[in-house]
Parts: sequence; C-alpha cells; structure tokens
Amino acid sequence: MSAIEILDLEKSYLVGFWRKRPKLALRPLRLTIEEGEVFGFLGPNGAGKTTTLKLLMGLVFPTAGTARILGMPMDDPQVKSQIGFLPEQPYFYDHLSARELLTYYAQLSGVPAKACSSRVEQMLTRVGLIDSAGVQLRKFSKGMLQRVGLAQAILHDPKLVFLDEPMSGLDPMGRREVRDMIQQLRAEGKTVFFSTHILSDAEALCDRVGVIHQGELRGVGAVAELTSQKKGQIEIIFYAQTVPAGLTQLGADARISGDMVNAVLPEEQQDAALEVLRRERLKLISLTPVRSSLEEYYIQKLQPAEVPNDIQHQVRDKENRKGAGV
Amino acid sequence: MNSRIAYIAFNTFREAVRDRVLYNLIAFALLISGAAILVGDISIDIERLVVVNLGLTAVSLFGVVIAIFIGIGLVSKEIDKRTLYTVLSRPVRRWEFVVGKFFGLTGTLVVNTFFMALGVLLALLYVAHKFEKMDVWVLVALYFIVLQFFIVCALSLFFSSFSTPLMSAVFTFALFVIGSLAEDLRGFARITSGAGGWLVTAIAYLVPNFSALNVISQVAHGDPVPGRLILYNSLYALLYSAMAISGAVLIFQRRNLK
Repeated sequence: MSAIEILDLEKSYLVGFWRKRPKLALRPLRLTIEEGEVFGFLGPNGAGKTTTLKLLMGLVFPTAGTARILGMPMDDPQVKSQIGFLPEQPYFYDHLSARELLTYYAQLSGVPAKACSSRVEQMLTRVGLIDSAGVQLRKFSKGMLQRVGLAQAILHDPKLVFLDEPMSGLDPMGRREVRDMIQQLRAEGKTVFFSTHILSDAEALCDRVGVIHQGELRGVGAVAELTSQKKGQIEIIFYAQTVPAGLTQLGADARISGDMVNAVLPEEQQDAALEVLRRERLKLISLTPVRSSLEEYYIQKLQPAEVPNDIQHQVRDKENRKGAGV
Repeated sequence: MNSRIAYIAFNTFREAVRDRVLYNLIAFALLISGAAILVGDISIDIERLVVVNLGLTAVSLFGVVIAIFIGIGLVSKEIDKRTLYTVLSRPVRRWEFVVGKFFGLTGTLVVNTFFMALGVLLALLYVAHKFEKMDVWVLVALYFIVLQFFIVCALSLFFSSFSTPLMSAVFTFALFVIGSLAEDLRGFARITSGAGGWLVTAIAYLVPNFSALNVISQVAHGDPVPGRLILYNSLYALLYSAMAISGAVLIFQRRNLK
C-alpha cells in the first residue's frame, strides 16, 4: 500500500479586488510515496510545496483532484490520527509551557489519558527539552520552538510525518538535530514527506525527491540514482603549490586551495594525469569519478519554465532585426 | 461534551486567564463597583438603587468588552499565528474547534462575572449592611447578563469567521447597541406601515433582543423578575447563540486557511 497517493490534486485561488480571476497555485499533481520512504519535496519559495502540504492536511480545499493517505481518502477523519505535521516556521500557544502544549496536543490526538503524561515526558527527553519543559514557549528560541514542533508532530506515534521546511532558519546544530530526527524516523519505519529548498539536506536524507516549480511537478527521482551517474570526468586532489604544466596540457580544470590542488579532467586522461604526478613527485590525496549532484538535477528541472522565455526573447530579437531591416 | 471540545475549551479558558489585559478589565470593573459605593454613600436613601444600577451596568459593559475583545480574535488569531494548523492536522473537526472556542470563552466570562458580581454584592452589603429578600433578583439580573455574554460571544465568533478582527468588533458592538434598543425598534416597527414597516420589523426581530435581557433598572428598584421571562430569555439566548455558532461553523467549514 502506498503511504500517499496524490491524484491530480489542483488548487487555484481567486485574486483581484473587482474582477476576480483564478491564480493557479498548484497544477494537477500526480505523485505516489511508498511506505517507509523519506521523500523530499524540493522547489524554490512559492513553488507550491506548502500549498500541497496544506491540501493534504485539509487546511485548504482542492479545486480539483483528490489524494489517498495510508489507503484512506484524505478527508477521512481517521487519517489525522495516523499522521503528524510540522508547519513551516511553527508558532505555538506561547502562554503554554512545552509540557502543557504537548499534553494538549496528545489529548487532541487521542492519546489515552493514562499514557499521556509518560508519552509527553518521553518526547521532551527525545528532543532535548526536558530541562525547559516548564518554561512558557514565549521564552523559547527559534531552535527550541522547532524542536517542540518536531515533538508535537511525532508525539502520537504517527505512521506518516509531514514536515514543511523543517530546517528553515536553524543554525548548523539545529539542522543537524533535525536531520538526526528524520533519520531516526526512517529507522523506525515511518514515512516522511518533507519540503525543503536546502538541497544538501535532501541529498543526505531522502530516498527520492520531487522537484516542483511554479505549481508544477517537474520531475521525481531516486537520490541514489541521480547522484551516482558518472559524468566521464575524474577529480584529482594532490599536495602542490602550483598546477603542473603537464596537467594543464591534459585539459585539466584546476584550482589551488592552500597547499592543495583540485583538478578535474576527462576520465580517459586518468593514467596520463597520474603519470604527471609521479614525474613531478607530487603526493596524491584522492582520485574520484565526478558524479552528478542533486543540485544539477534540481537546476535542470527548473530550466524548462525558463526556456519559453528564452525562445520568446529569440523570437522578439528576430522580429526586431526584421523590423530594422537587418 | 465531546472530549476534544472540552480540551479546546479548557485551552481557550487557560489562554484568556493568562492574558494580562483581562485582569486590567476586571480590576477596572471592581473599581467601578468601588465608585458605586462612593456614589451610594452620597446618595441619601437610594444607595441600594445606585449601587445595583452602577455595579451591574459595569459588569455588563466590561463583560461585553471582554467578550468582543477576546471573541473576535478566537479564530482569526489562530489563523494569523498559524496555531490552528497543528490543531486541525489532528483528528479535530472544524466544528469541534469553533464550539470548543465558544465554550472556552463563555467559561472565561462566567468566571469573570462571578468575581465582578462578588464586587457588586460586597458593595451592596457595604451600603445596605445586610442582604434582603429582593436581592435575589440581582442574581437573576446577573444571570441575564451572562446570557447576553453568550450571545455576544457567539456573534463575535460568527463575524470573525469571515471578517477581520477590527470589522468583527465593529459589527458585534453595533449589534449589541442596536440589540439593546430592540424593544424600541419593535415599537417603532408596530407604528410603521408599508415596505418600510416590513423592513423595520424584520430588522427588529433579527437583531438580538438585548433589551429583554436587561432588567438592571427593574431589580435596582427591587421589582421581581417573572419566572416566565427567565425561561423565555434562557431559551432565546440558547437559540440565538446556537444559530450564530452554526453560522460560524458553516462559514469556517468552507474556509481556506491560507
């Protein structure tokens, strides 16, 4: 059974003051996420990531299409007891302490009264907030609030967790903690669907990613496949103060960084490059094939939208030249 | 009561109680009661009348201000601050949220009214030195004030389900003022004929009849409140609040939380 099955979900809003016209926030989206998968939903700001999550959470209603979550229609009330959600830049009732807030959410999620207290304490310990559990949330830092957000999302032991930009605005330590948390969730067999525009996080955590741009899903792929494709190039790193002339002659693209040189050159030049290093008595640090990165895939998937603009420019240039009699 | 509604109501109550502005309003109401004692002291032979009139009016007005002040933000604040997202992504239905919020606020107002009423009764005891049999009608007037709060809460929730907090406050307060003149409006409707008469009659019966819930002057004079009026007012407040809450739920059910 698929954890999430999105079937042509579409959302448009009416904008304008006098003459209302529809603005498409999400074009028909068709996407399937398997159980136990960590799926990264990538896209720039305003791409439609949060809209998709809000649609799945029932916070906004679709213009068309539907989705099935854990085999049930997305508007089935039973679904909500099996999912957890962390909104982007979460804001909680700041008059409550972390303990009070989690207790409230546990009650709303239907955690049995007897288990409520122990579950809350367990969560506070897990996210490292047990020492400040009694402090009102208005005194919490952004990182601490994010941890509270994660705790409330997994408090009721959901099968599926939705995280909207979980690393956004966090310092490196905070980001690492969130990454660890997602990895723990994966180890527990949970399905995680998270949106982000931080590609390194997606590359480190996700089994698959989907790229969305201007409300349109541009592509879906397995991270392992996307980042394992060889590009017919090798990267050599060695100790040196200057780039050997022999290496430049082989067509290497080299840059010096401190007492090391990093050179990228065609794969077929590998033996010749190593021979140059031997001849010059230079110490090799590493030699690795250059693989495609998630960033390249992401940028490539964002491109098609820009192509029509380029074509438009070219057409316009042609027309201008014609008009000028060139 | 559905347990989720109870949890939401309790959280709303807790939030209101921890709000410092609320304490200022209560302190102000108690100050007014103190002022009533002062005015009562210099009003020879009508101390009781002055204390009951001023005290209950203060309770009513400040209660209405609190009801509007908190009521308009109950839903909109949760949407603006996005606290609603983590509530509605749980097995909580939208109607449960609205009803829970309503009970939380009315609960807050009942507790507030209790403390403010205590101030009025102490002022009354101070000027009259003892309670009399007719003072029981003061409690009935207080009960009617609470019924007014129920309607005001429901109305502020209704307006805030589709409009901005400022506009919701304006609409609710305007309805409170018009509703306080409902009996006069009905009288005016009786003497107006034609299409205008129909319109005035429709408005007179559509606006909440707060004037029927205002027996302050009557009890200040020691006049009894008929049992039938207590029953009718209770049913009226219940029905009117239920209608306003249903309207709020209907609108909120369809609302996109952008």
